[in-house]
Amino acid sequence: MKLELRGITKRFGPLTANDAVDLVVEPGEIHALLGENGAGKSTLMNVLYGLYEPDEGEIVVDDAPVRFRGPGDAMAAGIGMVHQHFMLIPVFTVTENVMLGHERSRLGFLARRRARREVAEVSRRYGLDVPPDALVADLPVGVQQRVEILKALTRDAKLLVLDEPTAVLTPRETEDLITVMKSLRDAGTSIVFISHKLNEVRAVADRITVIRRGKVVGTAEPTASASELAAMMVGRPVQLVIDKEAAKPGDPVLEVEGLRVVDTYGVVLVDDVSFTVRGGEIYAIAGVQGNGQTELTESLVGLETPAAGTIRISGRAVTTMSTDEILELGVGYVPEDRLHDGLIGSFSVAQNLVLDMHDKAPFATRGTLALGAIERNAQQRVQEFDVRPPVVAAPAGTLSGGNQQKVVLARELSRPLKLLIVAQPTRGLDVGSMEFVHRRIVAERDKGTAVVLVSTELDEVLGLADRIAVMYRGRIAGEVGADAGAEELGLLMAGATDDRTEPQGGAA
Amino acid sequence: MSISLGKDDKGAAEPDRANGDEQLPQRRPGVGRRMVDAYLYGQTWVVTLLAFVCALVFGAILIAIADAPTRAASHYFFQHPTDTLSAAWKAIAAAYSALFRGAIFNTNSLYSNGGVPIFLPISDTLVNAAPLILGGLAVSVAFRAGLFNIGVQGQLIMGAIAAGYVGFAWHLPIGVHVIVALLAGIVGGAFWGGLVGWLKARTGAHEVITTIMLNYVAYYFLGYLLGVSGYQAPHSTQATSSFIDSSAQLPNLFQDLHSGIIVALLAAAGCWWLLSRSTLGFTLKAVGANAFAARTAGMKIERSYLTVMLISGALAGLVGVSQVLGTRHVVTQDVDGGFGFDAITVALLGRGTPVGTVLAGLLFGAFRAGGLAISSYTTTPPDVVSVIEPVMVLFIAAPALVRGIFRLKGRGGGSTVGQLAKGWNG
Repeated sequence: MKLELRGITKRFGPLTANDAVDLVVEPGEIHALLGENGAGKSTLMNVLYGLYEPDEGEIVVDDAPVRFRGPGDAMAAGIGMVHQHFMLIPVFTVTENVMLGHERSRLGFLARRRARREVAEVSRRYGLDVPPDALVADLPVGVQQRVEILKALTRDAKLLVLDEPTAVLTPRETEDLITVMKSLRDAGTSIVFISHKLNEVRAVADRITVIRRGKVVGTAEPTASASELAAMMVGRPVQLVIDKEAAKPGDPVLEVEGLRVVDTYGVVLVDDVSFTVRGGEIYAIAGVQGNGQTELTESLVGLETPAAGTIRISGRAVTTMSTDEILELGVGYVPEDRLHDGLIGSFSVAQNLVLDMHDKAPFATRGTLALGAIERNAQQRVQEFDVRPPVVAAPAGTLSGGNQQKVVLARELSRPLKLLIVAQPTRGLDVGSMEFVHRRIVAERDKGTAVVLVSTELDEVLGLADRIAVMYRGRIAGEVGADAGAEELGLLMAGATDDRTEPQGGAA
Repeated sequence: MSISLGKDDKGAAEPDRANGDEQLPQRRPGVGRRMVDAYLYGQTWVVTLLAFVCALVFGAILIAIADAPTRAASHYFFQHPTDTLSAAWKAIAAAYSALFRGAIFNTNSLYSNGGVPIFLPISDTLVNAAPLILGGLAVSVAFRAGLFNIGVQGQLIMGAIAAGYVGFAWHLPIGVHVIVALLAGIVGGAFWGGLVGWLKARTGAHEVITTIMLNYVAYYFLGYLLGVSGYQAPHSTQATSSFIDSSAQLPNLFQDLHSGIIVALLAAAGCWWLLSRSTLGFTLKAVGANAFAARTAGMKIERSYLTVMLISGALAGLVGVSQVLGTRHVVTQDVDGGFGFDAITVALLGRGTPVGTVLAGLLFGAFRAGGLAISSYTTTPPDVVSVIEPVMVLFIAAPALVRGIFRLKGRGGGSTVGQLAKGWNG
């Protein structure tokens, strides 16, 4: 299928999300749409998928203009979309999920066997390996994604839109996905691949369109270098390699010994984890999402009560301390889900900047907020961290992801710290903000602060860390130096045994 | 540009801050332009005002339907439509002018007896407004901390029981007595509210369930007490307590206007300070807006649930105080006077802010006072007025409805009330 978007313009009030965007996707081509967060990629795809009506411009499918009034129209025209967040029902089987919304029945009974046959056939045709009778909840994320793709293909999608598909995958699963994408392309399916990850785009795309601030700023060949693409995306030269000197580790700041976290159902989430982080070094905890990193970081700051083990910060046992007591010791914490745990969306930027200090001098005297001090602090931080727009009264929820992260970081770094814990600090951030966040983390390290970095991004871990631990199923699968190769880390992240099809449930 | 901590510091008439996308420094547009913008973009106060208009129109239709001459004339509507319309107009005008005379200002009194009762309607309004404002504050404060307190009724009953007991059974010196009785009412309400907070903090029991159940417990506990010697008035066969000592009664400001309204305004000022200036209020609001982020910032969620329910219960206890020590001077089974549930309506209309709650309480107080006048001056059933209040809140709780009727450029977003109405899983 040949798809053309001609002069698509979409405005939201005074904001122009897409400004006269032209895009041509040839049949059997993988077309990457590269852009920072908030550049308008998702808006454009929602226009294509019939979720928004464009204010101007037209969509042309196989040289005939079309109008989509909803996703149903888009699907009927052969456009399939795989969202970043899967639209699957976990307690249904793969077959049931695929037939969902398309149920065929005979005499009132679902035609299950026919659907199952269809799933098996399509998955064979495109080399998409999925077990048709497995419950979706039992499948690894990579396979769930394949189910989503399968769902689109059984509905005769001739053009697939993949929205940031690799955000949730391990490096290995990403490679598998790339293989699948290539075989789909070879079978004649067109693919629009949305991403802000330069290396993947270069590895898979046939053509690259870069958009910035709602406009197409250019197209590139996959042979273009990463720094060329980054510069196009951000609009200025960007430093992709993190510039830092060798660590000068000091005394141990964080000592974790035999830590064990068990959830309410008795599932072991963190299993006998021990490590030490010294002042002035960045200790990275790598691993695929959901291998106990969240629970580990939460127990470090007292949000989770460990079942066993001890945590010491600067020699003081903090295992049973409350969160505010731990923060008081000089611990900064950037949670992985900033809008869920790090910020209050309806509070102003100024209020969010004092969230964990609002009752302490100089922001309060005898139970009354010192509004002047809060305002001055906000003005200063907003300037220092280049938060945009620099409006301290704006609700934090209205900021872009990168600016929200700057607010959280600005707050946590505005206290004297001994230990900084950052979880997924650049998730969903664009290249420009990423560079900024990385520089601040390194700067904090150079001040002698111990830094714990939890990240699923291999590049980030390799670029920032002085030492790296890999978590797999609640355990530390291995600890390696900063000079470890991506290959070695990838293997550890996959459990080294390469056995990923078992249901996850911890090592209990 | 000054920062705004809490939306309530400029009052309900302030355009909704959450809507203020265009807060970049710019020249202040003229008054006219701002009025038009406020209308076009459906600012909060415009929606409230239009909801009021809608509710009055709806009430007018009900008045016309309930009016016998209008109904009679409507049988030949297609021959003489003017008869129906003029009959309806007469009924509506009579009812609404009676409402006005009963609630604000009685024009007849100017010419009759020396102008003394000229302040009677407004004093009726204020007497009714005091418990409405206090109850509305109780609901609002809890809501800002993320809790939906349906239990004002039970809490005010407990406050009334305690305040009433101190009022009739203890005989303390003038000045001391009223203060002790008032404090007893606060403690009674706070105890009943605190119980809800404690249950939620300790066991996670949902406050909507516990408050509703505790309403029943309080109601029947009161019924029991009114039959027990020591609480029931001696030698009485009625389920009623003895009269409150005059030393325990809230002093009158002016004729029948007791100082409950002063208590209510002081409480509103206190709530304003709490919610927009205090560190405690900051914590409570943070917990209400995003408990996860609050916990991550080191705030203690459970403690804040307990604290806010103590405060909310104390405010509800003051409703009981206003009723027993101010209006009735006696404890009876119907001491709650329906204020427990009207409190929720007032808080909804006031959008969870202290200033809004005061204004909403005054409005509903006027409706209550005027409703009586409607039934005494006209043949319109007073139920019509009672319907206007909930209809108004309905219009506000569904801002999309009002925006649709008046073709405002809605900004989708949920108003406080929208959230409040959705607050069941809070």
